[in-house]
Amino acid sequence: MNPIYDPEGELTPIGSPEAEADIPEVEGAPAAATRSQVRREQRRVLFRSPGFVIGVGVVGFWVLAAIVPSLFSSIGPKEFSDAGARVSPSADAWFGTDSVGRDVYARVIYGARPILIVAPLATGIAIIAGTLLGLLMGFYRGWVDEVFSRIVEAILSIPVILMAILVVFTFGRSQPVIIGTIAVLFVPAITRTIRSAAISESDLDYVTSAKMRGESGLFIVSREILPNVTGLVVVELTVRLGYAVFTYATLAFLGFVAADLTDADWGIDVSLNYTQIIRDVWWPSIFPALAIATLVIGVNLITDSIDKALKS
Amino acid sequence: MTLEDNPPSSEVVIQDSSTAALAVDDLRLSYTVRGTPREVLRGVTFEVRPGEAYGLVGESGCGKSTTAYAALRYLPSNGQIDGGRVTSVGKELTAMSSRQLRSFRANDASMVFQDPVQAVNPVLKVGRQVAESFEVMGLPKAEAVEAALEALKRVRIASPESVMERYPHQLSGGMLQRVVIAMALACDPTLLVLDEPTTGLDATVEAEVLDLVRDLRSELNSAILLIAHNLGVIRTMCDRVGVMYAGQIVEEGTVEDVFDNPSHPYTVGLLNSIPRQGVRKDDRELFAIPGNLPQIGDPLPTCVYVDRCPIANDECRTEKPPISQRSDGHWTRCHRPDHIDEVPEPVKDFESVEIGSEEVIGVHGVSKTFRQRGNDVPALVSVDLGFAEGETLGLVGESGSGKSTLAKTMLGIHEPDEGGKITLRGRAMKTKATERVEESIRSIQMVFQNPDSALNRSWTVRRILTRSITKLTGLRGAEADHRAVEVAEAMRLSPRHLDMRPRQLSGGLKQRVAIARAFAGDPNVVVCDEPTSALDVSVQAAILNLLANLQRHERTSYLFISHDISVVRYLADRIAVMYVGRIMEIGPVSKIFGETNHPYTEALLSAVPSVDGAAENRIPLTGEIPSPADPPSGCVFHTRCHRAVEGLCEVTEPELRELSDGHSIKCHLTVEQLETPVVLTSANMVG
Repeated sequence: MNPIYDPEGELTPIGSPEAEADIPEVEGAPAAATRSQVRREQRRVLFRSPGFVIGVGVVGFWVLAAIVPSLFSSIGPKEFSDAGARVSPSADAWFGTDSVGRDVYARVIYGARPILIVAPLATGIAIIAGTLLGLLMGFYRGWVDEVFSRIVEAILSIPVILMAILVVFTFGRSQPVIIGTIAVLFVPAITRTIRSAAISESDLDYVTSAKMRGESGLFIVSREILPNVTGLVVVELTVRLGYAVFTYATLAFLGFVAADLTDADWGIDVSLNYTQIIRDVWWPSIFPALAIATLVIGVNLITDSIDKALKS
Repeated sequence: MTLEDNPPSSEVVIQDSSTAALAVDDLRLSYTVRGTPREVLRGVTFEVRPGEAYGLVGESGCGKSTTAYAALRYLPSNGQIDGGRVTSVGKELTAMSSRQLRSFRANDASMVFQDPVQAVNPVLKVGRQVAESFEVMGLPKAEAVEAALEALKRVRIASPESVMERYPHQLSGGMLQRVVIAMALACDPTLLVLDEPTTGLDATVEAEVLDLVRDLRSELNSAILLIAHNLGVIRTMCDRVGVMYAGQIVEEGTVEDVFDNPSHPYTVGLLNSIPRQGVRKDDRELFAIPGNLPQIGDPLPTCVYVDRCPIANDECRTEKPPISQRSDGHWTRCHRPDHIDEVPEPVKDFESVEIGSEEVIGVHGVSKTFRQRGNDVPALVSVDLGFAEGETLGLVGESGSGKSTLAKTMLGIHEPDEGGKITLRGRAMKTKATERVEESIRSIQMVFQNPDSALNRSWTVRRILTRSITKLTGLRGAEADHRAVEVAEAMRLSPRHLDMRPRQLSGGLKQRVAIARAFAGDPNVVVCDEPTSALDVSVQAAILNLLANLQRHERTSYLFISHDISVVRYLADRIAVMYVGRIMEIGPVSKIFGETNHPYTEALLSAVPSVDGAAENRIPLTGEIPSPADPPSGCVFHTRCHRAVEGLCEVTEPELRELSDGHSIKCHLTVEQLETPVVLTSANMVG
């Protein structure tokens, strides 16, 4: 097709029919690649990165184990193995048995559940609260910002362990309490990240424009600014998830998490068995520790590759 | 000159790569984006002779800067050279080891970047940084410091000793750019690459920096490669110019040949899209190059410009264009250079519309004082302005003169001081936007400088428009949607654009959406704050045409803020010149560009680099614009005025007085005094 000159810079569509479908044709600046095209290419980069594939494999395995543990283990976590106590890893008991004769492999598989309930829930609550707070602080600034900034700093200054001790001794060690504790611990960091993003968004002219047409603050925060920080929220969510796994494992190791110490739980198992390493019985503590490590690494691999794909 | 006299040679050849300061031979380069290599440079060939200034022009995205970076083999990690050679005085850069490359960059070539603020280290004193570039060459520390002082003197910085001891944030943009140039010249380079060195600077500072580079050229034997999108800058600075498009040089020659006798349709398009020789909106429309720049990596098997070319024929679509020689050293990559006259020129096809006589929006005695660390900073001092229906008031002045503060005060983002009034058809409006009634809000709207920032990038165009329509007119649902389609059509946006997000639109389309939003509520006055300065010239032309057209149909008034005098001249009916929060001169365009001007206006106008050659006597505006926190006594301009009268100007502040109907200036001097040609003495040169 031949472009026809028109003093306004309008012209008949040019190029191939595909190009016509997604490239606007009014004037001289390069048209950006379309959203779907960018998404498609980003997805391809993501699916091709080995980090992402491995990460999804590892995390997927643990999620499946948490949902249907019987798929991977025919023995229950509290059952006693026929092999006896403190048997080293063998064909009968892949990861060996612990000091009372329970199968370590079964306990590792069943132990995925508590950590995969607490970590995502705590992260989710922290993300919602932190995002909301960060947006409000970043948009309103002034005294709102001052007051909440001090509170956030106060929380940040309390050591994790001290906070956990305080909470557990006050409210008990039930799962909801642990979820709440981890969420409270994570809110400050998320708030800070979202706040600084909200501040730079508030400086943009679209916010000025919204103020000029008389929009309410709530509308500007929730409808104008929030959609523009969702990418950051997603990255923050995955980063915090890794930390949450780690924090939960630490609390479990310190014995802050469950009333029943016979429940399968990676952190508890490490803490109950690590003293036996000096007696060369390393398997009951090392295998749950490795499980924690693989889950954290898996989550981080996914985080990194998502971040890279978004930036490529 | 016809084609028969000069048989077309198939490719450009480098004359003598062993002596050229820079010879780029058939350079091909691609960037890997999201996993796919995409071609950016499609065979670039040019050479810069020793001592020569060579310019590269073109729209953004055509590969100018990539070429400049490639010239020093300075590429981002995702860029790779696919073919071709780059040599400098016989040394082949494309074959150098990283060690050789380091020594080459230290001793033989330098680069000056666009933004001087980012090119210096904010935590090091200026003297230390300049000395560093001498140390790289192997000078001992003590000598390097001395050399640094000499270097600063060479770039004519005022009081170089004290500048040595200062930190970058204590210097203005113009001074910083001088420092960066001093650093670049440290090694007395054979090749100096300047990448848009004046783009972020005010016109007056730009003129100073360009003067400096021009002066230095005669002292040094550096060859210069200048990248700029401003054709005027290239015209005044360079000997030869290459016009780039989609990773190829499409026309090359001396600046006179290329700009006065363009032979490629793209060059013609670029030159026609800028307002030149005082053309105004009532004379004719501007030429806008239709279509878009191809995306990087697009396959362009034939002529790269064919899709946008108004004179393309079947041959252009099937055959690669040959190089046609136009005259000695002037060639174009075009099949039909002899048909260049057929490129259509815009004609006037509309009626000029009379400006109304009644004042729609008025600004009366408005001052604005900011409180800063306990001090009063008067940013606006009793400003009076009025807008008639269908009138454009251009507002010019250096950055920091209070232009944007005035706009924001009118819009109710800033609250003016007690006593100031903003009126709508004679009735005072509330001063805060949040307290204004719907009618007042919709009567004044704004178009921002940067559409990327002004449009919510997660909203669709439809949502952006309907939200404004609902807020400003009360229309809802299907009615609002109907109105959105109507407004979009008036901006020449097609309905399918409505469901796109800003990121999917080009810069010009985004600015159209921003304009559509401003027009959603049928405003009386639209404040345009540098609406085209973020856009390329051909896109700027389309936006200016659109604004002029809308004004004709809607009878809207504009407050048009711009640092580009020729753009203001094109669109404005009246022009106000601001300095330190005061209006120094206001009058009809014909008077502002006439004989008698305020000395400040005179200096501003003389600073603009022109594409048409014929450099006029430039009046230097030395020093910085004074801070409004501490304005000079008497006339605020006396510190930089080339006509200041001792004993008068620094004592009493002049009143705004009317010279002729509607033309007022704030100056003590008589018309005769103002009209005498300036004699530039060394005293006012140094400032």
